[in-house]
Amino acid sequence: MVFAVEAPAVLGNEAEPIIRLDRIWKSFGRLEVLTDVSLTVQKGEVVCIIGPSGAGKSTLLRCINHLESIDSGSIHFEGRPVYRYIRAGRAVTDSDKRIEAIRAQIGMVFQSFNLFPHLTVLGNVTEAPVHVLNEPAGQADERGMAVLRKVGLAGKAGAYPHQLSGGQQQRVAIARALAMNPKVMLFDEATSALDPELVGDVLRVMRQLASEGMTMVVVTHEMDFARDVADRVIFMDQGAIVEQGPPHIVFTAPRSPRTQQFLHSILNRNGNLDGSLPPEPIDNSGQATTGGHHE
Amino acid sequence: MFSLDDMIQFLPSLLQGAVLTITVSLLAFCLALACGLATGIARMSRLWPLRVPAAVYIQFIRGTPLLLQLFFIYYVLPYVGIVLSPFVSGVLGLTLNYTAYMAEVFRSGIQAIPKGQWEAGASVGMSRRLMLRRIILPQAIRIIIPSIGNFFVSIFKDSALVSVITMRDLMFSGQLLASATYKHFEIFTMVAAIYFLISYPSAKFVEWVEMRLDVARRPVVLGIRT
Repeated sequence: MVFAVEAPAVLGNEAEPIIRLDRIWKSFGRLEVLTDVSLTVQKGEVVCIIGPSGAGKSTLLRCINHLESIDSGSIHFEGRPVYRYIRAGRAVTDSDKRIEAIRAQIGMVFQSFNLFPHLTVLGNVTEAPVHVLNEPAGQADERGMAVLRKVGLAGKAGAYPHQLSGGQQQRVAIARALAMNPKVMLFDEATSALDPELVGDVLRVMRQLASEGMTMVVVTHEMDFARDVADRVIFMDQGAIVEQGPPHIVFTAPRSPRTQQFLHSILNRNGNLDGSLPPEPIDNSGQATTGGHHE
Repeated sequence: MFSLDDMIQFLPSLLQGAVLTITVSLLAFCLALACGLATGIARMSRLWPLRVPAAVYIQFIRGTPLLLQLFFIYYVLPYVGIVLSPFVSGVLGLTLNYTAYMAEVFRSGIQAIPKGQWEAGASVGMSRRLMLRRIILPQAIRIIIPSIGNFFVSIFKDSALVSVITMRDLMFSGQLLASATYKHFEIFTMVAAIYFLISYPSAKFVEWVEMRLDVARRPVVLGIRT
């Protein structure tokens, strides 16, 4: 894999977060999924959301690009309120067109890949640039090949999704999102559906993106990834953010008993920290410092 | 009793009827395909002024016999000042009838596409319209080709009903000859043979289309390989 490595942009300004969720409430019927959740994401920041299943992690992520609508609260993208909000005392719903325009700037990678099975790999990648951004086909193909090279799959441009392994499919899905030049990438348990031996390839691509300064919100069960790559780790449970902070704090000295319990169970199960809570320092990969702008 | 001479004598008139049968059927089928797609999409619209009439239409058509629908168009519409020729009535009746069934087929095909496909399209900023056209329909059509093919084969036979509104299709020509000559045996045997000679190749054609579209992609149409 050849990656053009750029120095991560300096992003230290506390100015405008690229995403701001304020006091989000969301329920499915009588089930409260998000209860008063607030979250900001700065440009260039990598935020990993961890927590037990059913905690509302995926729903929170899906609210960011309006795959789920919220019941109350507000969402700001690049400082402007989006989707549904109150303006001058009146409830406003964004037009489909504006919602589509915002979504076009937010890449998303799904647990189940959701590649378009009737299109080739390159077709998957160029579909939106050609038909949403109205890019000329030649230019879209060129850029499509560039992002495929980035995820190491330029050789598969002409293949159909079902001819690829799960890990390759997921990297195509990442390429498809990247082809839109998104300002943020959302990863919804991107490696959870993969065979263990295929997880690494996908994580490598994600690490690389992070090191290039991509703003990322990552829902994941990959604790190593969160520990190494995240600027901030958020622990969610039962529809609320229980604890958040830099990974070395959350992983080594979690304050909440629920976080402790969760980490204990998951790290024990994976056996990757031989059972004890995690003394391992985070600066051993060289990538963990990316985009770090927490002081 | 089987007279070859008679049969040769009947053939031109029956073939003429057969040409009309094929014309009416193909015309109605193509129209129903287009209208069925539109109706099926309307049936799933988020806008009730599209959704409700489409649903009512489909239920109504499916709840009444085609024969009656043809009678209505040909014999009842004139009372409200709409007089249509047998040909137009026949094509219209078959089209309206098949549209309802096709609409349901399109709807089922579209609904068979996993939600993740819509979400993936939405996440890259596609509009619903664009997703439908570029992502959903191309997959849905592969799924529904067998059902569409069924309708294609059966419309040639259903079109025999247009003979009741005096259209000189294959069925009508047969009846006409039979009542004039009383050679029921020869005539209706020939009519049956001609219907079969129309239907069989069309069934083969459907098989061929199915094969063409299958191209190894079929197994993943419904979703994700694990």
